[in-house]
Amino acid sequence: MSGFDWMVPVILTVITAATPLVFAGIGELVTEKSGVLNLGVEGMMLVGAVSGFIAALVTGNYFLAVCAAAFAGAVMAFLFGVLTLSLMANQVATGLALTLFGVGLSALMGQEFVGEPVTALSKLNIAGLSDLPFIGPILFAQDALVYLSFAMVAIVSWFLYKTKAGLVLRAVGDSHDAAHSIGYPVIAIRYLAVMFGGAMSGIGGAYLSLAYTPMWAENMTAGRGWIALALIVFATWKPGLVLVGAYMFGGITILQLHAQAAGLNVPSQVLSMLPYLATILVLVLISKDESRIRKHAPACIGKIFHPAA
Amino acid sequence: MLLKIEKRAEYSKSMVYLTPVIALVLTVLTSIVLFESLGVNPIEALYQFFIAPLDTEYEFSELFVKATPLILCAIGLSVGFRANVWNIGAEGQLTMGAIAGSSLFIYFPETDSIFLLPAMIIMGALGGAAWAAIPAFFKTRFNANEILTSLMLVYVALLLLSLLIHGPWRDPAGFNFPESQTFSDSADMPILIPGTRMHFGTLLALLAVFGAWIMMARTLIGFQVKVIGEAPRAGGYAGFSQKKIIWFTLLFAGALSGIAGLSEVSGPIDQVVPSISPGYGFTAIIVAFLGRLHPVGIFFAGLLMALTYLGGETAQINLGLPVAVTGVFQGMVLFFLLACDVLVHYRFRLNIARKATS
Repeated sequence: MSGFDWMVPVILTVITAATPLVFAGIGELVTEKSGVLNLGVEGMMLVGAVSGFIAALVTGNYFLAVCAAAFAGAVMAFLFGVLTLSLMANQVATGLALTLFGVGLSALMGQEFVGEPVTALSKLNIAGLSDLPFIGPILFAQDALVYLSFAMVAIVSWFLYKTKAGLVLRAVGDSHDAAHSIGYPVIAIRYLAVMFGGAMSGIGGAYLSLAYTPMWAENMTAGRGWIALALIVFATWKPGLVLVGAYMFGGITILQLHAQAAGLNVPSQVLSMLPYLATILVLVLISKDESRIRKHAPACIGKIFHPAA
Repeated sequence: MLLKIEKRAEYSKSMVYLTPVIALVLTVLTSIVLFESLGVNPIEALYQFFIAPLDTEYEFSELFVKATPLILCAIGLSVGFRANVWNIGAEGQLTMGAIAGSSLFIYFPETDSIFLLPAMIIMGALGGAAWAAIPAFFKTRFNANEILTSLMLVYVALLLLSLLIHGPWRDPAGFNFPESQTFSDSADMPILIPGTRMHFGTLLALLAVFGAWIMMARTLIGFQVKVIGEAPRAGGYAGFSQKKIIWFTLLFAGALSGIAGLSEVSGPIDQVVPSISPGYGFTAIIVAFLGRLHPVGIFFAGLLMALTYLGGETAQINLGLPVAVTGVFQGMVLFFLLACDVLVHYRFRLNIARKATS
């Protein structure tokens, strides 16, 4: 086993890089499954990141900090819901507005806190198991949010495909008129799905400011919200594949750090481009098969629902 | 529900023009609360934001300096938005335009030909268009979502700029600062009014406004853009090619954004630096919507958003307000605008009144 010990720190960093994407991706997946496209993930992550960071700094309680981040993300998502669901605004434009607003708002909220450090979210040590060689530090000594991220994927997967409520949510996403005509409250269901997405994005953002790099910096998400959106296309709207995709992108992000440490003679900027180029590549490869996308994408995604009187 | 939202038989023309005004009023009212919570006298803050930046002739000219890249990018984006082509990567196209255009000066710094600047502008347009061609190709050939690809390319373009300016483009006599050498006179945008920074790029922006206006109102391609956007199937029956429109709108936006980038480095900045734009390419999205995707509207919306940049600076200097207020303000404008737009296609009606008549 000891021959693979060098891999442990690599895998650990991949996990921290992937976790924000898992949260944001799984949340947005539920939003999209209900037929709503919220392009404001980046903005919700940023507001979540700064809210969680401030809460951690002020209270010192990380449970409260994560709750604050989830709440802030959900409030942002609620705003999006008011515009797109109640006032029937264009979802693409509103999502962009949410991101632009989130960038500004998070910068304003966090401007007094730039550069202030917090202690990183502590790792759990599961007694006895975390000392195991190789698998111990990887499987049994993560922070609570990493376990939560896996739990969320399982819960969402179970909810969408094994519960009646999940079936209703998917029905709303596939045909809002049919769902409405059988008497399901389309708008209310979408509000819940959108706010769940916001809460998850908020936690994903907080993972960045509390665990990945325990500090706040303007625009610290650096496009991860958009990568999370691309992940969903990559995963063809399947929760399990969102997890796989997030770890793939986590791996690519980490690749650049280790390539530099290994003394690879490539400019850092070129390595930093990799996650973005990989996102484009993946989108192109997946979208090429148009019928496959059409088969899996919620049929009503991005469409405005106005119940005819 | 007491309040019912009812679809109008036809969209309300007066609301199209009224909603931006309502949105602005709501933004100002909300920002009064915001300023109050930041511990600043709201009246004073609003004065610093909207009146003080226009005090002198020089500051007035600065308004056009800041509006120039906003208008150029927004005109390009608006044509795409009309056709439901969601290019949100103007910031990247602007950066690539600046890189491509200034490469001529960087590699031929001794040139004093009068053709240098025109060639740089053309290169800028080509650079931006080439960058926008990538999402166009992926969209038309592989059906890849242009929103995500165009945005990802923003990060790539910014990293490419950083790579150049920390490497081969760094001024050898520049004490190792990540900056190129300053542009020669023949690579500079001519100043329009002596004593100000208002430059030739502003004329290009005005040209873009008039050009786009004529294009959208009077030419076949403008008509095709509108039809594909509003009724794609009708466009299909008429034989209009959706792919052609995707290519056209992206290349058009890329070229204008590229010119915007070049006119920044050749104009107010006067050299290549790691940060060319304070997010003009993103604010241009707000400008495009606030201007109702109409060239003339975009001209005024561009001036207004430029004012928020200037106002943000003035308020920072005089009141110590954080610059981030500008971003919040710009985001709020778009939010309120999209919210008010419900009035264009729908009307609110009290349910009680209806029961009484029936």
